[in-house]
Amino acid sequence: MRIFSLIITTTATIALVYALNKPWGATPAMGMLLSPQHGLWQNADNVNETFNNTIKLPNLKAEAQVVIDDKLVPHIFANNDADAYYIQGYLHAKFRLWQMDFQTRAASGRLSEVLGRGASNAVLNFDREQLRGGMKFGAENSLQKMEADAPTKQAMDNYTNGVNAYVAQLSAAQYPIEFKLLGYKPEPWTNLKSALFLKYMAKDLAGFEEDFEYANARNIFSVEQIKKLFPLGQAVLDPIVPNNQITQSAFLKKPPTADSVVGFANNITRNMPNKDNGSNNWAVNGSKTKSGRPILCNDPHLGLNVPAIWYEMQIHTPTHNAYGATFPGAPCVIIGFNDSCAWGFTNAMRDVKDYYEIKFKDATKQQYLFNNQWQNITQTKIETYNLKGGEVFYDTVTYTPFGPVMYDNNFGDKLADNKNYAVRWKAHDASNEIKIFYNLNRAKNFADYKAALPYLETPGQNVIFATKTNDIGITCQGSFPAKWQGQGNTVMPGYDSTYMWQGLIPQAENPYQYNPARGFVSSANQYPVDPYKYPYYLGGLYPPYRGAYINRLLTAGSNFTAQNMVAMQNNNYNIFAEQALPILLKYTNKSMLNTEAEKAFNTVTQWKYIADANSAGAAIFDIWWNKVHRKLVDDDRAKTTLKLPQMVESTLLEAIIKDSSWEFIDDITTPQKETLTQQITTALNDASIKISELQNNNSLTLGQYKNTYAQHLLRLVPFNITSIQNGGGDHILNASKGVHGPSWRMVVHLTDTIEAYGVYPGGQSGNPGSKYYNTFATTWRNGETYPLLFMHSPTQKSDRIKWTMNFKKA
Amino acid sequence: MKLIIAFLTIILLTFFCGHYGLPWYMVAVVSFAVNAIIHQKPFKAWLTSFAAIFILWGGLAFFFSNRNEHILANKMAQILPLGGSWVALVLVAAFVGALVAGFAGLAGSYLRQTSKKKP
Repeated sequence: MRIFSLIITTTATIALVYALNKPWGATPAMGMLLSPQHGLWQNADNVNETFNNTIKLPNLKAEAQVVIDDKLVPHIFANNDADAYYIQGYLHAKFRLWQMDFQTRAASGRLSEVLGRGASNAVLNFDREQLRGGMKFGAENSLQKMEADAPTKQAMDNYTNGVNAYVAQLSAAQYPIEFKLLGYKPEPWTNLKSALFLKYMAKDLAGFEEDFEYANARNIFSVEQIKKLFPLGQAVLDPIVPNNQITQSAFLKKPPTADSVVGFANNITRNMPNKDNGSNNWAVNGSKTKSGRPILCNDPHLGLNVPAIWYEMQIHTPTHNAYGATFPGAPCVIIGFNDSCAWGFTNAMRDVKDYYEIKFKDATKQQYLFNNQWQNITQTKIETYNLKGGEVFYDTVTYTPFGPVMYDNNFGDKLADNKNYAVRWKAHDASNEIKIFYNLNRAKNFADYKAALPYLETPGQNVIFATKTNDIGITCQGSFPAKWQGQGNTVMPGYDSTYMWQGLIPQAENPYQYNPARGFVSSANQYPVDPYKYPYYLGGLYPPYRGAYINRLLTAGSNFTAQNMVAMQNNNYNIFAEQALPILLKYTNKSMLNTEAEKAFNTVTQWKYIADANSAGAAIFDIWWNKVHRKLVDDDRAKTTLKLPQMVESTLLEAIIKDSSWEFIDDITTPQKETLTQQITTALNDASIKISELQNNNSLTLGQYKNTYAQHLLRLVPFNITSIQNGGGDHILNASKGVHGPSWRMVVHLTDTIEAYGVYPGGQSGNPGSKYYNTFATTWRNGETYPLLFMHSPTQKSDRIKWTMNFKKA
Repeated sequence: MKLIIAFLTIILLTFFCGHYGLPWYMVAVVSFAVNAIIHQKPFKAWLTSFAAIFILWGGLAFFFSNRNEHILANKMAQILPLGGSWVALVLVAAFVGALVAGFAGLAGSYLRQTSKKKP
């Protein structure tokens, strides 16, 4: 009997331990997770934690101090650059380790190792898309170039060693909470991972294209209609460089058959970066400021994630003293300033990713047709996916001189036509972007800025710069393919060499502006130059409104202070509505409005285009405009189930301003012909359902309607930061949308001691269990900012200094 | 007396196992071993183990969570899901640990009895 009890209880114990020691589906291993000495409780950081510490590490060359301020921003004081990057890696790992792992996994197609296949293979397909699209291929190419440059290699090696020094001393109980929830371990950092992270950013910023969608459009619409729906340029054209001199290309040739190629008519679902990944930057010189010194401002608009893409820090060594936003995953300060100058970036928006149809000789895919001859492919790679749970998935990818064959009979939904499409992406090419940051961190003057620029190849950026000595400038920098008009808008034939990229735009022909007479330079993702007066095709989408508004404010203003600039970054004036609302009001037939719509009409009539969080008019305008947009063009798009390119708002607005009988106004699904007035009036009646629903919930404000929040990278809702409903939105300088917006707002006034401000919607700690996880969120939401503590010595006194970490050689 | 000694031994040994990085399931090993060595009737063995670990895990979880002002426990109690209550999460953690320890303690006690009855 007792043996029986023994067997029962022993079995029960073992079964219980077994059950609690393994994950069940998405449920993590609960025994470890709940254990106070192993699990989640170990991630519950002490709110009174002190960071005074002596840290002994191998590989350090000398002693170093890290002064930590009240925002948990570290100020590294190292005796040499090698130690500085080593400590930067260590600190990134200490505060952001899981994010670094996860983002580089995403870049290298390894999410399925820790997340599994996902519902309908979503995760595995994402991973395959990354590798078939050449993310790792590009990172490996770039790493070779990075490691061939001695200073870059030294920075990367030390950074990697610093990350690994932190990981090496980490016990399992100290792993970030996400590792515990997903049930995996941190792995050593490598230089390749830093290169992968930069490709992750390259995809976010230079991965957007609509080539298949354009090809589909050419099957549905006439050439004339396409020009109307997807025009080159805009009426509101205030390019970054107004007086571009480059009008001729010495070498570009457009193939004679280019306009008649109509290829693809199918759907390929792919993960596309947000088209709104943009930014604002501007710099004014002393003629425009109260102090007589330049002010430089930058706010990159990216997906609002937690842990944030940015980590704030200062790096002080005998060679330089740089402060700003860094990327957990790469050495150097990315957007920031030093003792002499400040710099920033906005996205160049160019289309640098094209698809080519490849014709293989046979199913072995060893030879492809090129200029009427069979050519050998470059290589075949077998990618191995070690899925969570032990299953292994193999994927064969064929490489051609264009790039990897991304879509073929193995990949790409509904490719029933047996066609093959290779992708040519500029980010496949070797480039060393770390070096532009490395050089800008050390830049002293304009010559240094110019020398740093060529290292930025992909993603192309509008690089803005200002010095204490009153130089300002902006360069639309990147290594861009020289394209003939329309090249790469649609899928191109990969068997005809005349469709290949014919070279790169010479660096000297990249648009730029130095010390212009107007006293300022600026960019906000608008066209770099008038696209009709530049010999190279630009491709991509260029929202015109923010740039036009920045230029309006900077032209009109004078005697600017840093505080004016902070306010300007948070400016909620909707310049798009300033043009669109009068049209909506003009073409509304009030007698046809329902009661709710009439109320909304009266509210929005009073609205003065200020998109503040508590504005009802701003919410009504957004809802109404969206309905108008859909009413006017959805019926025409519904001619096909195929995906079509997005129609940008400037196209629609400019069309109806110019022509109230524009051909797409009519609803083609009805026998009668609708007028603009009918469509706009009905749109408001339709919108009134949503508007009155919000009104009844007492949530008819822009802030609640738009609901800006920062999303945890794993989409774990309780880890999101939701307390940041603010104003702003699309086409507004404060470009805060749903989970997208100003990811780092920086203002640098280049006085003798540097007066700088900065804020991002997150916190220095990536741990959802830390009180520093969302420290800056409310300040960011309120349009406020923090003065940045720019230090010159570790012994400098400030009541904002809280702790000191001493780093010593082990 | 035996109960108190067993109770304290389980608490101390389990704590040090965790402190020195041994896996979480040492709660089972310790409760099993202590009850195999210090003989008590099955119910008392179960009670001792259950209570010891309930108090140890509950106490430690509270201690870590309290100095965190329950920031993480409140979030994790939404994920798990326990209505976002850190108190519920502390109690669940304490109960899960205690449950494992209780079964293990019971098994340990039966082992002791089984081996003692044998000639």
